[in-house]
Amino acid sequence: MSASPKQPLLEVENLLKHFPVRSGILIERTVDHVKAVDDVSFEIAEGETLGLVGESGSGKSTTGYCVLQLLKPTSGSIRFQGQELTTLGREELRKMRREMQIVFQDPYASLDPRMTVGDIVAEPLVVHSIGTKKNRSSRVRELLDVVGFDPGFTNRYPHEFSGGQRQRIGIARALALSPKLIVCDEPVSALDVSIQAQILNLLKDLQQDFGLTYLFIAHDLAVVRSMSDRIAVMNKGKLIEIGPAEEVYASPREDYTKALLSAVPIPDPRAMKERKAARRKLRHALAEG
Amino acid sequence: MALLEVRNLATHFFTREGTVRAVDGVSFALEAGKTLGIVGESGSGKSVTALSIMGLIPIPPAKIVSGDVLFEGRDLTKLSEKQLEDVRGREIAMIFQDPMTSLNPTLTIGTQITETIRRHYDVPKQQARKKAVELLEEVQIPRAADRLDDYPHRFSGGMRQRVMIAIALSCDPKLLIADEPTTALDVTVQAAVLDLLDDLRQAHEMAMILITHDMGVVAESADDIVVMYGGQIVEQASVNDLFDRPEHPYTEALLGALPQIEGEGIRTGRLTAIPGRPPDLKNPPPACRFAPRCPYANANDTCATEMPELREIRKDHWVRTAHPACERAGAKEPVPA
Repeated sequence: MSASPKQPLLEVENLLKHFPVRSGILIERTVDHVKAVDDVSFEIAEGETLGLVGESGSGKSTTGYCVLQLLKPTSGSIRFQGQELTTLGREELRKMRREMQIVFQDPYASLDPRMTVGDIVAEPLVVHSIGTKKNRSSRVRELLDVVGFDPGFTNRYPHEFSGGQRQRIGIARALALSPKLIVCDEPVSALDVSIQAQILNLLKDLQQDFGLTYLFIAHDLAVVRSMSDRIAVMNKGKLIEIGPAEEVYASPREDYTKALLSAVPIPDPRAMKERKAARRKLRHALAEG
Repeated sequence: MALLEVRNLATHFFTREGTVRAVDGVSFALEAGKTLGIVGESGSGKSVTALSIMGLIPIPPAKIVSGDVLFEGRDLTKLSEKQLEDVRGREIAMIFQDPMTSLNPTLTIGTQITETIRRHYDVPKQQARKKAVELLEEVQIPRAADRLDDYPHRFSGGMRQRVMIAIALSCDPKLLIADEPTTALDVTVQAAVLDLLDDLRQAHEMAMILITHDMGVVAESADDIVVMYGGQIVEQASVNDLFDRPEHPYTEALLGALPQIEGEGIRTGRLTAIPGRPPDLKNPPPACRFAPRCPYANANDTCATEMPELREIRKDHWVRTAHPACERAGAKEPVPA
């Protein structure tokens, strides 16, 4: 894919997020910083999916939260449609959030157990004062229908549904304001394989139908590969490699990316024999530096 | 004689909402030194099968309602709790998914390893500690002697799983049951732990039951595979035959649902999703458990009226379905491998 002549939908430049490490009883002071995100830059074009992979603690989710300003970056610039987000005030940011939504990992923890499915999906519309009560409820039914959730169940509560169905509710809520960008933070890692496939297919269909742009964050390299046009690899807060998906996977430049890819077990016993030998070699090479 | 033979095992949970048939007639055998992979999704009964073998199911609500678990010819289901304690840890050891919660946070790892050794062997404390250091070295924990008096929180997830493996190995068991041993670990750590398990299994001539939801993990580690669905075995074969020629519609669908890391058209293609959801084991489908989600079940056949038997469709390949791949209309003659 060549560089698009248009302005990218999202531009992240030199993003830095440090968390203080505090110590001391009574008089706490900051003794150090954890560099959760350390000088990360990337762009996402409209309609594109950028996959963000890395192991736990690599800073991939923190990056996603900073993009949406759910965490305040320590420094760096985040521009959405050319508009700088890091300097926006509360009210302006609230307006911008219409355009940018998130789907969380855990469909058990991310839905309020005391709200009905209908209220959960309608909440963003209420918060942004969109529509009347009546046309909001028809919008909710439409949204649930789009994500393959029976709109007849709007008066039920989240606990009555399985993980896959709950994730559909979460996606319907994310779609409610017709956003341009959705940050998907490990959207399928809590789901069984057969259900995972349903949700990945749904996300692909929605992207086609609504021209959505995804920042797709996951630790599963195969899942990320199946969703992404381009892939960025993070390790210890740094973005170490970024490029078109086929290229990064077929000919990774960095040793860390190679080690990561070689560690993925694939459902092919004969190919695994070779992969196992290769990954042992690579691990020894890395250990010896 | 097989090392372990499970015959027609059924473990049910008797709850207020009804009887949950978590494991419903499971049979398999495992030879000494071999690895059996048990794959299935959540609720398929794979963990309850393992816990039933170990006599670790919570009674009540659970109960083994039928079946035998023959370990070297001895039926473990008939043993008293006291007799079972001599088997657990010594003859059969088990490691669990979550290394964060399966170690006691208030005891040093040295204490936790020596406690197992001294439960089964009458050895002085110092000798047990020496053995513990050797075990930690064997699972490749750096500076093993210094780490013996550390508490579990000082170890990372991968290192804790290594400690668990050291405890499991401490009495040289003949069988190791590993229940999702790498699910909580990062992919590079997972690879290292699986490689370690491989080496140890060979060095100790141990048999292993590897329980996982990950088709890739069984593909790399198992000699034979059992696929479970809704508390039953739906397919059983050698690892190569299962991946080369899967017969059960569920196994086929599961393989189709996996995203691939290499190949053509990955980004634009769709995965084969399995419609619907796994059966409710309080009230399972009356006949074939997979029938409601099966693309081949139709009104004219017996899928909804008769439970298919687990039958041997070719040598050492067993399947429980009325519609195995090789019997479907238009099935191709298999190419000899």
